[in-house]
Amino acid sequence: MKRDYLILLLVTLVAFTLPLILPGDYYVEVFLFMGINILVALGLSLLMGYAGQISLGHAGFYGMGAYISGALTAHLGWPVPLAALVALVATALVAALVGWPTLRLRGHYLAMATLGLGIILYILFVQLKGITGGASGLSGIQPVHAGDLYLDTPRRYCYLVWSLVILAFLFSLNLVKSRSGLALRALHYSEVAASTLGIDVAKYKLQVFVFSCVLAALGGVLYAHYITFISPETFGFMYSIKLVVMIVLGGMYSLWGALLGGAFLSLLPEFLHRLEDLEVMVHGLILLMVLIFLPGGLTGLIQKIGEKIRGSS
Amino acid sequence: MAQLIQYIFAGLTMGVIYALTGVGFNLIYNATGVINFAQGEFVMLGAMLLYTLQEVLHWSPFISLPLVFILGGVVGVVFEYGVVKPLIRLGVITVIIGTIGASVVLKGGAMLIWGKNALAVEPLISEKPVAFLGASLNIQVLVVLVVTAIAVAIFWYFFGFTILGKAIQACSVNPLAARLAGVPVERMITLSFCFSGALSALAGGLIAPITLAEYDMGTMLALKGFCAAIIGGLGNNPGAMVGGLLLGVMEGLSAGYLSSGYKDALAFLVLILVLFWRPEGLITRGKGERV
Repeated sequence: MKRDYLILLLVTLVAFTLPLILPGDYYVEVFLFMGINILVALGLSLLMGYAGQISLGHAGFYGMGAYISGALTAHLGWPVPLAALVALVATALVAALVGWPTLRLRGHYLAMATLGLGIILYILFVQLKGITGGASGLSGIQPVHAGDLYLDTPRRYCYLVWSLVILAFLFSLNLVKSRSGLALRALHYSEVAASTLGIDVAKYKLQVFVFSCVLAALGGVLYAHYITFISPETFGFMYSIKLVVMIVLGGMYSLWGALLGGAFLSLLPEFLHRLEDLEVMVHGLILLMVLIFLPGGLTGLIQKIGEKIRGSS
Repeated sequence: MAQLIQYIFAGLTMGVIYALTGVGFNLIYNATGVINFAQGEFVMLGAMLLYTLQEVLHWSPFISLPLVFILGGVVGVVFEYGVVKPLIRLGVITVIIGTIGASVVLKGGAMLIWGKNALAVEPLISEKPVAFLGASLNIQVLVVLVVTAIAVAIFWYFFGFTILGKAIQACSVNPLAARLAGVPVERMITLSFCFSGALSALAGGLIAPITLAEYDMGTMLALKGFCAAIIGGLGNNPGAMVGGLLLGVMEGLSAGYLSSGYKDALAFLVLILVLFWRPEGLITRGKGERV
């Protein structure tokens, strides 16, 4: 546990120095979007690694955050913090509505339900033209500012994003360590054993799911108010898959998996510009290869190497 | 009245496809406890393969459609050996993630091979629509209903009256007891994947002339097939058949009388409501769960 906080300190140092030393706005922006991806992935990592459930609709929750907060500032001129708060609360309510019936049941109903919800949210983003701007997108989203200080350069916004990423990690690490975290771990291993010990399995799973969706929505809010123009394709099924790939690649059983996997998949398109249509398939192949050959993901690999080194010295 | 019949038949046609997909889900679920997220891709492959055999190679539809059924079975077996077997020892959740990966790979692969455009496939029998109680019915609709009825009859006979079919059922009820009774459980699981792939591919081949064949048609069909399986109670094959038809007709009516833009949302609503009120399915009687 102590080690986790050391890692977090290290991550904080890197996150706050990198925007200063990266050679241009483009790279700072890549780092910024990496932060958003990691934030969304962190929530999913809690859900998959600790509650043992899969969500295939996180792109939809990400989109809900972006569209609700974006539309409230663009159409009604609401201040950003208030709009963001409404977006987070609304997402939490929808998540609870879907999670409540599906998480009471043993098995993997949530995955299919969230897959369906993701598709419906996407349809809504395209169809509700009056609010979302339809397929051509929503413009006029307000940037974030505190008084006269506008967070409209990549560098300034980067600090905002990464501060929230680090806060989210801090909160999640505490959550994992807390009584509910231990309960969650227990139900990952055996739901039956956990419930005989008096752990309210459904309640814990629902809490994690809702928290995970709120993090996704927060990512969406951050994305919308930076880019100030959003269109539906950002929030499609493929992003949900990409998030699952991040978690599996990074390692499902450690929160740091979200960091590693998120970082890796955010950088991948920078190297694979020419792939375009192939990107989807590459994601699927990464997913299968990691599951078959490296079930612990990157964090599992690092742990194994660490044990080997300690073992040989 | 004529309009109502038209909507109901349109709904029944799609319903049959959902039903076949739902049974495909059930076969794999009963054998392994895994919800197969690549099920929709099996359907898509069926549609695409039919396009290749019929429109590119110009084979007779009467050869192509049975061949699609057989190739679907091959896809199912390859899928089991490639994705499910290597992952099953790591637990059900890992296999489920694996099937998600496989579905993305299949979808991406289909896009590379067949392109992004929707492909037209000639119907099995190209005749003019017939009049029925004032409604005009596409012949393919009748073909879909008849072929499905034949497939269901064969399956009903197979599972109800043959040793092999009963062995598969025994494995899904209690694998350990089946093994003790001398049933080769592994081979029965492979057979389940084979049937699941074959039925889903057949569904794809039947629907292709009506909805066109497209590389990304699978996700939606999977969701609705799953919904059919849930309405009938996951794992219950007759239930999935009824569930599929029910969902299809509801969809047909809502597309006709309400709005076609939101008809895809209906399946999801039904799914959530059924999970909420009767997670064991609308058709089955409630039963306690084994720990």
